[in-house]
Amino acid sequence: MFVLIVGAGRVGSAVAKRALAEGHEVSVLDEDPLSHERLEEIDGQTWEDAGGLFTVGTALEVDALIEAGVQRADVFIASTDGDNTNLTVAQVAQRRFGVGNVVCRVMDPARAAWYAEQGLRTISPTRHAIEMFEQALGLGS
Amino acid sequence: MYVIIVGAGKVGLNLSRELIDKGHEVTLLEADRRRYLFVEEELEHVVQYGDATELWVLERAGIQRGDLVVAVTGDDEDNMLVCQVAKEKYECERVIARVNNPRNLQHFKLLGVQPVVSATDLILRLIEHEVPRYGLVHLLALEEERLEIIELEVQAGAPAAGLRVADVRLPEGSLVISVLRAGRGFVPTPDTIVEAGDQVLLVLDAGLEEQITPVFSFAG
Repeated sequence: MFVLIVGAGRVGSAVAKRALAEGHEVSVLDEDPLSHERLEEIDGQTWEDAGGLFTVGTALEVDALIEAGVQRADVFIASTDGDNTNLTVAQVAQRRFGVGNVVCRVMDPARAAWYAEQGLRTISPTRHAIEMFEQALGLGS
Repeated sequence: MYVIIVGAGKVGLNLSRELIDKGHEVTLLEADRRRYLFVEEELEHVVQYGDATELWVLERAGIQRGDLVVAVTGDDEDNMLVCQVAKEKYECERVIARVNNPRNLQHFKLLGVQPVVSATDLILRLIEHEVPRYGLVHLLALEEERLEIIELEVQAGAPAAGLRVADVRLPEGSLVISVLRAGRGFVPTPDTIVEAGDQVLLVLDAGLEEQITPVFSFAG
């Protein structure tokens, strides 16, 4: 599988490393060149030596998406730290480039739910945190 | 009309003032606390504090009964998504979005957000209009209808110079609709002679420019 991950923060880089380790082709796009550091050291190899791809660029720039390989992506993960950026690029990947499997991080639970109804696969860490806290308190059980 | 304006920067604030003056009901939304407090001194209850990309903020502003949503923040993603949600979730019929970076225009279109206004794009067009070496100026593009209106300067020695309008060989799907000469504009008749130095306005099917430009240019 070819996996394109936009946003190499804690979440994006962790998923990227795991996907690469499990034998997938992985391309990471981030506007901050320093974010590359999070990808270093996979079994003593650099990200590139391990076969990973890394592109510096802004996700809204179509050229950057294309350079990062959006046209042949099987999976597209939007995991920048901005909900609005994630929602926008995820829809660009889905509608314009026809990526089959698009997953988008949305902190705001209300919008995560609404966009999910519209056919976008959203993950809301906030929603999960609320559920965990509720469980810890024994609410609703 | 009830108008919700998102972003109380210079554009949003001035727009609010004008619409209130014209008797419209306005709610202005601002996500920055300091800017909100500043604007609130003047507009009082008209401005509300909150991030309009959050659904509850739009609902608190009464989006369900909004006639028009105008998103004019400095952030294109915000403008795009506020308008998308306003249209698709709240069925607000009319939205207007500001585009800060003209390159993002394609994304607004992809999400069905129209019409859009881009100051950068407008200024670019003015520059093209002011700088004659561009030769051809796009005055208007009706994208849905696939029609364009362009302006061209007739160069000395061009195939069209000195001909009657009726004799100018133009591709099918194009028409000269106006001639600007010596600071005056008029609608030509078939007998009007096209002169070098004229500015001619043409309406045409989208994509015909390349065939039309040579008719009014001197090939050297």
